Amino acid sequence: MTDLVNGNTALPPISPAPTSHNGVARADYATIGGWIAEDAHVLDLGCGDGALLAYLAATRGARGYGVEIDDAGVLACIGSGINVIQSDLERGLAGFDDAAFDVVVLSQTLQAMRRIEPIVGEMLRVGREAIVTFPNFGHWSHRLQILRGRMPVSSSLPYQWYDTPNIHLCTVADFDAFLAERGYPVLDRVVLARGRAVRFAPNLTGELAIYRFRE
Amino acid sequence: MPSFSDTTAAADPAIADSRSVGPVLPQTAHFDVPLPLACGRTLPQYDLVYETYGTLDAARANAVLICHALNASHHVAGFYADDPKDIGWWDNMVGPGKPLDTERFFVVGVNNLGSCFGSTGPLSTNPATGRPWGSDFPIATVEDWVDAQAQLADRLGIRQWAAVMGGSLGGMQALDWAIRYPSRIRNSLVIAAAPNLSAENIAFNEIARQAIMTDPEYHDGDFETHGVKPRRGLRVARMIGHITYLSDEQMEAKFGRQLREGLKFSFAPEFQIESYLRHQGEKFAEYFDANTYLRVTKALDYFDPATRENGDLALALAPATCKLLVVSFTTDWRFPASRSREIVRALVRKRRDVSYAEIAAPHGHDAFLLDNAQYHAVVRAWFERVAADIGVRAVFPEPSPA
Repeated sequence: MTDLVNGNTALPPISPAPTSHNGVARADYATIGGWIAEDAHVLDLGCGDGALLAYLAATRGARGYGVEIDDAGVLACIGSGINVIQSDLERGLAGFDDAAFDVVVLSQTLQAMRRIEPIVGEMLRVGREAIVTFPNFGHWSHRLQILRGRMPVSSSLPYQWYDTPNIHLCTVADFDAFLAERGYPVLDRVVLARGRAVRFAPNLTGELAIYRFRE
Repeated sequence: MPSFSDTTAAADPAIADSRSVGPVLPQTAHFDVPLPLACGRTLPQYDLVYETYGTLDAARANAVLICHALNASHHVAGFYADDPKDIGWWDNMVGPGKPLDTERFFVVGVNNLGSCFGSTGPLSTNPATGRPWGSDFPIATVEDWVDAQAQLADRLGIRQWAAVMGGSLGGMQALDWAIRYPSRIRNSLVIAAAPNLSAENIAFNEIARQAIMTDPEYHDGDFETHGVKPRRGLRVARMIGHITYLSDEQMEAKFGRQLREGLKFSFAPEFQIESYLRHQGEKFAEYFDANTYLRVTKALDYFDPATRENGDLALALAPATCKLLVVSFTTDWRFPASRSREIVRALVRKRRDVSYAEIAAPHGHDAFLLDNAQYHAVVRAWFERVAADIGVRAVFPEPSPA
């Protein structure tokens, strides 16, 4: 059972998180699964190969669509029988109606997007709730590397400064402030390190932040 | 037959291609049950010409219908033994080991009503008069075609298509199947299509029709009885159409401002693009029927399922229960990606199972007929799922991806 940092939701039992297409275990899946109601209608933005949607379909009976821009991801989704819509998130979610989804997920994609505010706004327009996950830039190892004068490279940020797709990195504290400034209530927040929820100083010890919030 | 005939044959692309369905024979199904048409008239009897590839399985569950676009026919794949260069129009898509694998699926190509390739149309004899239908042949709609295709499905003992697939106007038929025969279709592949024609699309069609109808040899559509053909009109119609099937980018790459022999200050074809279009027009005018062209462009103009629901496309698509794959091409300006996205949006609104691939291709509308690795991989992956759903296994091992 996953611990929550500041949530009070009783979580149902969740299957072990699957291994995604590239062989890396996605620790956030189980947490997200715990926040998805049975048979929920889900939109997964930047869905990649559709592994999260497949996981949510198998564990929660969730249905919905993935949105992916990359050809290989679209192809993988189709091969797995996952509904996928090839589209550029930077162009917004014009293809989706207001409040069309129970939950809109943006899993480890936020930090690679050019325009953050519009996409978060779009998520809350088309979904009743949003789930966002991102690598925590505030992790102590990143801070240490910066103190040493170098850009951080870690398991959660496995890129060099010159080849990283991540252009909008933030810390847990940053995202807390982002949501607070806009008056978006945080429904749940879990911060993971090595796949386990951390309770103590999550902005220092957490590798991956997972938020559930609404408008 | 010269002794080197085998060598000659092997040099032919269709025969050399081990992934061709090989020589094929068109068949004709005759129907005596009258077919009511959208225009209010009824076809008392009609023929549908069709081809099939692959084997219908015992459960009759592996059948896939291919719907053709404006100027194509039932000849989807393979070649004719007496004319090996006459290769099916979607031969790169349909065949053993191809994206639509005839080792697994029983594929049916059908020529639509009103066409000029064998199915009942303006060139056929009107049983009431004993003369060719000519200008009196009714304008058939996409819905009429699909109704006739459903009759053919009954004749072939196919209760439910594993998939119906088409590009352009063919995609509209695949969409109509999904809407009006939801229990008879498991998958619909709607490729390079649109939920209806835009004003610009209709405008192009009207210019093409005017080119034909103002040809002095048109004779109000009864040119056959005058022993002539409005070739000039057909040529111009095809030239206009052809431009809209290509992309500016592709025309620039292929022709640019290339000249044949330099400027001559004459109106003979000087630029390569002029001579190319003239050639396409000439070819087309020889094999296509003007009355068919007029009617098929009208079928395009009329297609608009949303009108049945006061313009609400989502409501119009709501009856569809099959899985849908919508595919568009980035440089298609005849039916741009935005039109495919309208279909997707409407289906998403009704929470239908739909996937959408937007293929980066330079070839404009014609891209749906051409080789493109991502496009073909997407269709192949889709049919892998279809095969898994209906429990069809490959007879032969999968070819390694190119």
